Formats: sequence, C-alpha cells, structure tokens
Amino acid sequence: MKRLLAILPLLGVVVLVQLLATWTGTQFYLTQMTMAAYYSLLIIGLCVLMGYAGQISLGHAGFFAIGGYLSAALTTLNLVPHRAEWLVRFLNGCGLLAAGTDLYGGKILVVLPWAAAILAVLTAAGVAVLIGIPVLKLKGHYLAMATLGFGIIIYRLVLATSWFGQADGISGVPPFVLLPGLTVSGNVSGRVQNYYIAWGVLVFGLFLLLNLMNSRIGRALRAIHGSEEAADAMGVNISRFKLQTFVLSAVFAAIAGVLLTHFNGGIGPSEAGVMKSVRYVAIVAVGGMANLWGALVMGVLLNFLSLRGVFGSYDDAVFGLILILIMLFAPDGILSLVSRKKRQVPLPEAPQDEEA
Amino acid sequence: MLKIRNLESGYGKIKALKHVSMHVDSGEIVTIIGANGAGKTTLLATIAGLVKARAGEIVFRGQNLCALSAEKIPALGCVMVPEGRQVFATMSVEDNLILGAHVLQKEGRQVIEELLDHQYALFPVLRDRKEQLAGTLSGGEQQMLAMGRALMSRPKLVMMDEPSTGLAPLIVKEIFQIIVRLRDEGNTVLLVEQNARAALAIADRGYVLETGKVILQGPADDLLNNHDVQRAYLGREKINEK
Repeated sequence: MKRLLAILPLLGVVVLVQLLATWTGTQFYLTQMTMAAYYSLLIIGLCVLMGYAGQISLGHAGFFAIGGYLSAALTTLNLVPHRAEWLVRFLNGCGLLAAGTDLYGGKILVVLPWAAAILAVLTAAGVAVLIGIPVLKLKGHYLAMATLGFGIIIYRLVLATSWFGQADGISGVPPFVLLPGLTVSGNVSGRVQNYYIAWGVLVFGLFLLLNLMNSRIGRALRAIHGSEEAADAMGVNISRFKLQTFVLSAVFAAIAGVLLTHFNGGIGPSEAGVMKSVRYVAIVAVGGMANLWGALVMGVLLNFLSLRGVFGSYDDAVFGLILILIMLFAPDGILSLVSRKKRQVPLPEAPQDEEA
Repeated sequence: MLKIRNLESGYGKIKALKHVSMHVDSGEIVTIIGANGAGKTTLLATIAGLVKARAGEIVFRGQNLCALSAEKIPALGCVMVPEGRQVFATMSVEDNLILGAHVLQKEGRQVIEELLDHQYALFPVLRDRKEQLAGTLSGGEQQMLAMGRALMSRPKLVMMDEPSTGLAPLIVKEIFQIIVRLRDEGNTVLLVEQNARAALAIADRGYVLETGKVILQGPADDLLNNHDVQRAYLGREKINEK
C-alpha cells in the first residue's frame, strides 16, 4: 500500500505534464514523452537485472529489436499469396489474421497485432532462456562481452534479413488496438491517448518491479549481488534467480519494442544497434544502479532530451561520455550527489574498539 | 546426525582432505581444530556443497549430501555461518535475517516473525539495529547477524567457520557463550576454529585435522589435556617451561 502511495505523485506529474503541454499548445512534446516512456520501460527492466541481481547486459537492444521487429514483420507481411498454405489457413481459422491495406491501397492479409505481440514477446523470452543458461554462468566483463556478442548477432541478423527490411527496416506497421477505444498508433489525433497508454504501461511496470524487489525474490537478488557464495549457503538457487531476472528484463525490453514499433509505425536497424545497448546501461548507471526510481527518472529525462535532438549528431558520444563521467565521479548514480551528505554511512568500527 | 566416511575433496590438483571420517551426534558441539591450511574450511565447504566431494560420503539425517548442489542443503536443515561473516552489507539487518529464512518459503509471515523475535531475543543488539545496513555493524555484531541469519532457517545442524576471526577477545568470549547456549537449547553445532583452546573449552568432542587428515579425535577434555595437542595448538608447554 505504501508503494502504491509512492506512485501517486508520479501519476500526478504525468497528468500535469499533459495538461501543461495542452494548455501551452506544445502537445508535440508528448510524442517524445511517449517514446521516452517506452524506452524507460526497457530501462527499469534492465535496472533490476543490473542493479539488483548484479548482472550486466550489453545486449538489451537485441531483445527490444526481437520484440519490435517480429511484431512489425508479422503485422506487415502480406499473407495473401500464401493463402492456400495450411499454416495460414490455420491462423485464419483461429481468427488471428486481419484484412488490411498496404501503403498503396492494395488489399493484404496480415497477422493481428495482438497475436504478433504475444508471439514476439514469447520469442524474446525464449531467446533469453537459451542465451541466459550458458551466458549467466559468466561474471563481470566476461558476461558483458558475451551479451555484447548477442547484441551484435541480432543487429547483423536484422541487417542481413530481407524479411526484416535490411537497412531500411520495416515501415507501415498498423495501429495496435489494445482494447476497444485504446489504440497504440502515431496518429496526431491519438497523441494524448498514446501518452497515457505509454505512461500507464510504464507506471504499471514500475509498480510491479517495486513490489517484486521488496518481496522474497528481491531479497534473494540483493543477496546474490552481495555475495553469491553466501547466498548459495543460505539456500538461494542462484542460477535460477539470475535466469528468471534475465528473462524478466528481456520481456520488459520486448514489450517496449512491440509498443514503440506500433507507436512509430515502423522500426529500423539502429534500434538493434550496440550503441543503444550501451545507452541503456549508461542510463541505469546514471540512475544509481539499484534504484528503480532513478532509472525511471533518468530514462525519461535523457531519452526525452535525446529524442528532442538536444545532443544533435553527438548523441551516442554524449551517452558514452555520461557513462565515463558517472563511473569516475558518481558510481552510485547522479542522484547520490544530491543526497550524499544525508546518506553518508559511518565506517564499521574496528573490532578492537568494541565494548558490547 | 552427520556421518562422514572416507571423504576426499580439494581444489584442482590439490587434495585438501584425505580419507576424513567423523560424525556429529544430535545435541552436541563438535569442534574441528587444526593449523592454517589443515583443511578445516574445505571440510565445511564440502559438507555445505560449495566444494564437490571427490570420494567418500556425507550422510546427513539419512541423506547423502554429496549428490546435492549447495542451495538444496540448507533446506534439509544443515546451514553454515561462513568464515568472515559474509553478511549482505547493502541490506538491512532485518532483511539479512529474513533472507536466512529463504528456505522456509511455504511458511507464513507469522512463522518468520516468530523466528525474528527469537533471534532478537538471542542477540538483543540486532533488534536495536534492525533498520541499519549490515555493512555498518561492528565485526562482533556482524558475527551475531551471520549466526542469527543461519538460525532463521530452523537448522538441525549449524556449522560455524572460524567465528572468532578478527574479533576482540571479549567479543569472542561472548560469541562462544552464545554457542553454548545454542547447544543447551537443543541445537547441534559443528565448530571449526583456529582458536583451539576456546573451542575445546566449550565443545563436547573434537577432531584434530592436520594436512587434510584426522590425526586425533576424542572428548574435548581429553584433547585439552593431550600432550601433542597442547604442544602443537595450545602452546601450553612453552608456558610451563618458563
């Protein structure tokens, strides 16, 4: 309940931003706020993996891309020429296909966004399991290298596969009707609605993770981060918790990919790029690693600035620089600089001085 | 309760334990003493499953532990207080304790509360500091926390690895008094110590480990008075010579 109350001010800010944007006639800001919210969904998932479980991933843009690209490909691939094949007939029979029109007005038959989204997220989860089982045995920079390798593989696969549009990416992704009257799309008329959908998903995700981190699972994760051996000796199944967290963060990334792709109406290979993964890691670090609120605030702020083009062509350079500066001067996150005085922890007493 | 037969274990090419056999009966304090590198810690780590046994068997309440991975062993009631405490420094004292009850996931909130109360009664200083981060505790308090954390899983056997490491003599005395109290409350304790005199003073039985082998065993009083043990580990002969 306390955590629910902590989220209320955030909801207040979300509403306030929308009202301010509408009153001042600057609703275009809401588009970037919507996109930033989806990126932040990935970032809070990565925050749990990095900050709480202590496992780094330099491949999370890969999971984002799996979600985005699969749902984009499935909802744009015209199945009319394959109508006679059993799989297409089976899908049609299940009511998973929908008729639509392509960019030139031609009649096409595609997979429903819901079905595509579920398949995309499940695929990301499955890939996370397959990658996670061998890779999570590694530690520190070995884990970083292995996940980086995974990210590069996904990026090159996307670039090389004609089904994924190669360097052009996929465009013409249809709107995603979540519920009747609730549609993820880039239409200007649906801007406010999409802003609230994105923030609704993000706040719900944050609430879920905050609860999880305060449960038995969160405690076990922090214990693993503290000392794997001691956690092991306490009966914590380390490999299972690490894998579950990895999959959970991959699912968050994939959901963000699916929704942002439908919002943007397309996806390009840069979304799968290694620099994207570096950026996510940098933002989690700026937020303070084991700090979901910090990750959320920094995720929204930095992505918003980046999407507004504030960093210009130096975009990736800025995030690289941020990562270096944070590691050098504020390894506990930028917010720790503000509250450093308050949080100063007394050093443990030397054992000789003990009286009790 | 615990029976070890012909246990062999080690790291890479190093054989740290050679044909170790020993047992621990219910309700007693058994201590394993020996010099640095004798294999004491390896023995505990092997029982706890952190190091894999190469040969022999470890039977705990009728179950062979050698086949089990480390995280399954605490659920059977065999839990370790690791050397150097290894408390989770960035978690609060209370969260450290609750984590100790990780294996009791099917029990309700109330059972956990009762266990917490029990540990706070045993270690009142932990109650005063329950909100504090474990990393900010003194060495003695961390040792108490590590013990309380282990006891949270309602173990049948508590294994303690060098609880006196780095603590002032007064604190060591207090920790050892608590170990005696644990035994008197019906717990079984397997205690590994370099501080042989203090360990033998509270133990019921003892084993002397040297380069991976058990070279002596018997009631703690006998070992305390044993000429070889005195010379090698207690340093009493030197004092007598003066």
